[in-house]
Amino acid sequence: MSYLKPALKHPGLPKNALGFTRRDYEGSISTLCAGCGHDSISAAIIQAVWELGIEPHRVAKVSGIGCSSKTPDYFLSSSHGFNSVHGRMPSVLTGANLANRDLIYLGVSGDGDSASIGIGQFAHLMRRGVNMSYIVENNGVYGLTKGQFSATSDKGSKAKKGAINRDEAIDLVAMALQLGATYVGRSFSGDKAQLVPLIKGALAHQGVALIDCISPCVAFNNHEGSTKSYDYVREHNESVNKLDVILGRAPITTQYAPGEVTEVTQHDGSVLRLRKLDEGYDPTDRVAAMNYLAQHKAMGEIVTGLLFVDPDAADLHAGLGTVATPLNQLGDEVLVPGAAALEKLNASLR
Amino acid sequence: MRQPLSATNDFVVKFANVNGSGSASANGLFARSILRMGIPIAARNIFPSNIQGLPTWYEVRISGEGHMGRRGGVDLMVAMNPQTWDRDVAEIDAGGYLFYDSTKPLPASKFRDDITVIGVPLTELVNAAYSGARERQLFKNIIYLGALSALLSIDPAVIEQLLTEQYKGKDKLAKSNQEAFHLGRNWALTNLPPIGLKLEKSDKVGNRIYIEGNAAAGLGAVYGGATVCAWYPITPSTSLAEGFEKYAKKFRTNADGTKNYAIVQAEDELASIGIVIGAGWNGARAFTATSGPGISLMQEFVGLSYFAEVPAVIFDVQRAGPSTGMPTRTQQSDVLSAAYASHGDTKHIVLFPEDPRECFEFGAAAFDIADRFQTTVFVLLDLDIGMNDWLCEPFAWDDSRRMDRGKVMTAEMLDEAREFGRYLDVDGDGVPFRTYPGTHPNKGAFFTRGTSRDRFAKYSESGAVYVDNMERLLRKFETAKQVVPHPVEKQAARTTPYGVIYYGSSSAAMQEALAALQADGIHLDALRIRAFPFHDDITRFIAAHDTVFIVEQNRDAQLRTLVMNECNIDPAKLVPVLHFDGTPITARFIRDAIGRKATSVEVVPLRKTAP
Repeated sequence: MSYLKPALKHPGLPKNALGFTRRDYEGSISTLCAGCGHDSISAAIIQAVWELGIEPHRVAKVSGIGCSSKTPDYFLSSSHGFNSVHGRMPSVLTGANLANRDLIYLGVSGDGDSASIGIGQFAHLMRRGVNMSYIVENNGVYGLTKGQFSATSDKGSKAKKGAINRDEAIDLVAMALQLGATYVGRSFSGDKAQLVPLIKGALAHQGVALIDCISPCVAFNNHEGSTKSYDYVREHNESVNKLDVILGRAPITTQYAPGEVTEVTQHDGSVLRLRKLDEGYDPTDRVAAMNYLAQHKAMGEIVTGLLFVDPDAADLHAGLGTVATPLNQLGDEVLVPGAAALEKLNASLR
Repeated sequence: MRQPLSATNDFVVKFANVNGSGSASANGLFARSILRMGIPIAARNIFPSNIQGLPTWYEVRISGEGHMGRRGGVDLMVAMNPQTWDRDVAEIDAGGYLFYDSTKPLPASKFRDDITVIGVPLTELVNAAYSGARERQLFKNIIYLGALSALLSIDPAVIEQLLTEQYKGKDKLAKSNQEAFHLGRNWALTNLPPIGLKLEKSDKVGNRIYIEGNAAAGLGAVYGGATVCAWYPITPSTSLAEGFEKYAKKFRTNADGTKNYAIVQAEDELASIGIVIGAGWNGARAFTATSGPGISLMQEFVGLSYFAEVPAVIFDVQRAGPSTGMPTRTQQSDVLSAAYASHGDTKHIVLFPEDPRECFEFGAAAFDIADRFQTTVFVLLDLDIGMNDWLCEPFAWDDSRRMDRGKVMTAEMLDEAREFGRYLDVDGDGVPFRTYPGTHPNKGAFFTRGTSRDRFAKYSESGAVYVDNMERLLRKFETAKQVVPHPVEKQAARTTPYGVIYYGSSSAAMQEALAALQADGIHLDALRIRAFPFHDDITRFIAAHDTVFIVEQNRDAQLRTLVMNECNIDPAKLVPVLHFDGTPITARFIRDAIGRKATSVEVVPLRKTAP
């Protein structure tokens, strides 16, 4: 069962630019296990949307099937949500996006949903550049069916019941880079300070944005020998940068040493301000990002942060040349050619 | 030697060609020229799953009476393919004609003595006039067209006009084609005696149009207001999506070049239907076009559309199964897999157009029905209707018609404090209101799931809540009976214990068979089913007859099963008439099958003689 939270609010709660409190972006009470990484991601989504000052009903949430895919019920209750078919969130979201290009699309998926059954749809959505934020809540395990390895489980990692995974892991970040995603980040559900700005940047990005968020499963994948446990990820986390997302042109108020900060201005005017943690890392160089990832993977590190962004990203609608008005708002006068046109057509078929 | 066949405006010409040899253009000109002479034709491609090299046939039935079904049999064979020579020659009706390239002599054993053989040295003629290899290949077709025009009395001015239209703006090509045409024509006029088959100008075509069903359905989708098309290429449905694209480009492009539609060629059929359902959920009219294998792949999503109540339109251009079966042959074998698609208790609205005219009509109406009932609507074409040009009534449109978007609650309605429950049956018809995403800042949002939610879309796994929802879905299906296209009944000339039910592309052959059976003394009331769920008229029709034949183009009598199951009919009453070899059903077949069975039903048991 899910429960509605009481609508009562403390009058002193902070408000965003639109006058909404964080409570206005919450959803039903989570039915996931206590300590589940996914709940932290839901909280980060709430925080990010609230901070960006997006009207909650302007977001459409789409998910597939699995623990992760249940979460859209637990945030943004004023948004429409669609819990669709296992592994098929990408196609449903693509269709929704085609119908109304004015909404903000948030796809929530898991490692089973995206890297196993849905890997085809994952790949093709990236190729098409659907304007959306794609968050993979990656715990390396099938939770709802109680602990089977998923396709992102690292080779050699141990299941709760002791089995060792013999198959190579799929790295969705590497795939997304290869497939042309225009905003690619990795984060950890236990690092809210890193995750919230990454989600904000993704929501502001006008193209396909992927965030692979490692999110430990407390019930089935948080033990010794797992490479997706809280402890393991904390020990091996190698963050390349710290991100601030600034809407509009806010002046830099903090003093940084030269070369310490990179700014990337996206199409919509939002500025991604990156404080470098690794001096040599350039997040606008796709090939360099792929190399960096491969090198650090070989060293056993989990690279996190904003790994790649193309500030001039274009989306599927740009490619198709669709009209600016959302297709779902076009009426008979625009859509139906009428009797006279049909009569002319008849004449050409004789 | 048997007396050669003699017929005017009523015979069958079959062209045997090699795929990719450019014959389609010449054969198409042949067919259109007859139409332009005011004589009805029914033309069908019988083609392989291949781009170049395999045998292909084009059959033109010329029917002054206007019969649009396949007749069966061949009166004039244009045998241009040595690979299939023997079977092509064998297929000619006794007394018929064989037209062939006589450049190379063939032994007498390659012919028959009960047919008339017409040899034209096509290769010799073309080689003398042209030097390029491709030129020779293409003009050979135009030369045989010229020879046939002389033999069958086709008005040469009509073909000249057609060539001018075809090569509009390319005068040089038009001229060289006309020269090739006259080369063949003059040779035949000089060297060949007239034959018994003739064409005479007529006025039987009227204002009818000539178009394939797939293009007509694509046009229907444009008129039906579809804005999103997601599809995966599959024979025989590909030209439906391409038809939509062609007409959308023509009618839906803005002055600045932007488009009032979106077409995505998806990675597979799963993604196609997923995109359609996502778009439908978000308030756009969306469709996909596919064939049987695609329907198999879409099963899970179709169930989601049923339970989550999301409009979607699927055009299924049926072919013979399975995936590696006969993709270029026709069947009506997806009736059950469409009607009962997916897991769990589901059933879906299915429309059965009979010709391109109905492909257009149902193609447009499907979107109103899908929105009205917030569910998947299947439009079942088949290869015969979909990929062949048919002579049919012109398309018509009423400009006062408006899209019926169904029960959609707007921001204004929500502000009026109207109660919104996504799955609440407010009108007793089983159809709830929905909202589009992004409608209102704090009202009307809901979380879409298959089931496990109550009338207000709140999560619930309660059995009573589940049953309540499933019963409402049944009510909705019941309501749909009145809205979908009703069956069309045609009564026999006199009272009869026999009825016949048919649907889709069998219609043309059925009409002809009915007339022939009547001439044989077998009278049948006929009912053409146009949609599922079945209207009560269907049950009444069956009840009014002792025996009802159901004519179908599949092996397992799928519509009969559906009728038995949904209308609760005694199977013994429904006699299947089944044609499923992949070719379109013929009037001859129906006449023979029903003729045999109707007679046997009429047999009166022998009365014992009184002692």
